[in-house]
Amino acid sequence: MCQTDASRIRMECRSTQLLLSFPFQIETVSTLASCFRASFWGDLMTHLAIEVCNLRKSFRKRNGFFKAERFWALDGVSFTVARGETYGLLGPNGSGKSSLIRIVSTLLIADGGEIRLMGHALPEEQEQVRRIIGRVSVDAAFYKKLSARENLLYTALLYGQKPADAEIRAIKILERLGMEDTKFSTPLEEMSRGMQQKISIARALVVNPPLLLLDEPTTGLDPKSRRDVQAFLEELRDREGTTMLLTTHDMAEAERLCARIGFLAHGKLVAEGTAAELKDKAGLQSLDDAFIKLTGEDLKEDEEVGEAAELEEV
Amino acid sequence: MEQVIRQTWAFMFRGYHLTRRYISWVIVFNFYALVTSATVALIGVAAQDFQLTLTLVVGALLWNFMATLYNEIAMSIAYERWEGTLEYTFMAPVSRLVHLAGISLFSLLNSILQTVIVLIGLLLFTNLNLRGANLPGVLIVLGVSTIAFVGLGLMAAALPVMSPERGAEATHIFQGSLLLVSGVYYPVEVLPRWLQPLSAVSPATYTLSACRKLVGIGNSASTPEVLVGAPLSAVSSELLILALMGAVMMPLGLWVFGRIETWAKRTGKLKRTG
Repeated sequence: MCQTDASRIRMECRSTQLLLSFPFQIETVSTLASCFRASFWGDLMTHLAIEVCNLRKSFRKRNGFFKAERFWALDGVSFTVARGETYGLLGPNGSGKSSLIRIVSTLLIADGGEIRLMGHALPEEQEQVRRIIGRVSVDAAFYKKLSARENLLYTALLYGQKPADAEIRAIKILERLGMEDTKFSTPLEEMSRGMQQKISIARALVVNPPLLLLDEPTTGLDPKSRRDVQAFLEELRDREGTTMLLTTHDMAEAERLCARIGFLAHGKLVAEGTAAELKDKAGLQSLDDAFIKLTGEDLKEDEEVGEAAELEEV
Repeated sequence: MEQVIRQTWAFMFRGYHLTRRYISWVIVFNFYALVTSATVALIGVAAQDFQLTLTLVVGALLWNFMATLYNEIAMSIAYERWEGTLEYTFMAPVSRLVHLAGISLFSLLNSILQTVIVLIGLLLFTNLNLRGANLPGVLIVLGVSTIAFVGLGLMAAALPVMSPERGAEATHIFQGSLLLVSGVYYPVEVLPRWLQPLSAVSPATYTLSACRKLVGIGNSASTPEVLVGAPLSAVSSELLILALMGAVMMPLGLWVFGRIETWAKRTGKLKRTG
């Protein structure tokens, strides 16, 4: 746990045994630590699903044939997410959201800082972490020639699950997402982007992970599909207490789904709080305006620069 | 254990369904493999030399088996990168050993099937008569050499982790080099002197040499009607070298793959491209 950033911790635990459904705020960890016994502190820490402390990640960007310059995708990012909480990360492209999700997903190794998921440190305990996470990314990457059923069963087998159980669960998820079961045997290449994204969500959930990493899950979806996905995520959070880390460009989505939101800009977490707190902090009515004021940039800004920078990783 | 079996089966399941969906390409590749093998074998038929024909047929069949095995393993990562699924495979709680074992097992079955198809096809073009050949011995040699080839494949599979396109290109260059130096269709002695040392480090060289002896090629007692295949003891030196190569290349392949995977995770190279 990062002591230097501890005073920033604020938790709203929804489904923990210890804290039940009470909104629970911690203004300063140092004060709390002196008040409670160490064993209680241990219990409290295990109720954190995600602990990120001073996380740093840089990439080298080619500048000519011989020169390469380093740029920081993540520069000292710290935050925590309680079990059962939905935490949103907002920022323009290139702000470091995807790098953060990829580090949490064990696909990228950070240069510095600490990260723990359900108490497991990364990258040391990546095998354990992989058992508790599911990921939905902006690009629904599948074997496009295979059907939804084949893709989902492959995932279930990969996670060591019984195919029959996984199939029942997958069908239930897809029905809830508003997908006809007749599409279950259709190759994914014949499906719309919205349908593919629903399959992507089903893939992440078919293994029933307690921690869901959502990297712009509704980007590119039509309004109906977007509503279906958002409603499903809400239901999942309320019914199963799934912890979610969501990155999005959509302020309305962040307000709807997230208990707390962090604004990420140029690899730094510049503001954090509930939507209401962020608006209060900025003295503005909308989260959009609050974002612009607190980060000093528009969500669309840096889009090309960010994408180009990531593509030029060397 | 049950979980490991399911995870290994996942790669077989995936391979089977991908093969099924790409069946027209599978037919094309098998047709091409058969035609190139037959073209090579017919050189021996034209020369009316059964020993040459057998040399070429054994070379074509074994190369088909080894190249398919190597290529399937080496390209499996490249295919995943093109499909964009590599990140999801790497995110799954599957040990790299099980992952690569699953890929290798499917590749092995695929290679056997393709080689059988080519063998049946070659029977249509040549008057192959394998009576007297030590076929069980050939299977043992192939089994032992498979381990070394899987190791080579694993090392090559790591290349597309570094760079999808250049990695795939490099695996083909490596495969082509093996074809050149291993004496698939000719004795390695005909290679330029400076190239001959490379044949000594290729497992294909020893596999081909042993299998030819076991089939009876080069034995003056062999006739077109009855071959006189050597006993397994006659190829013990090749078997020993192949076993040693397997013992070194398999763990080396896993180690190289692991190192490159870690490097790719540090530099962000696993990101979807293509």
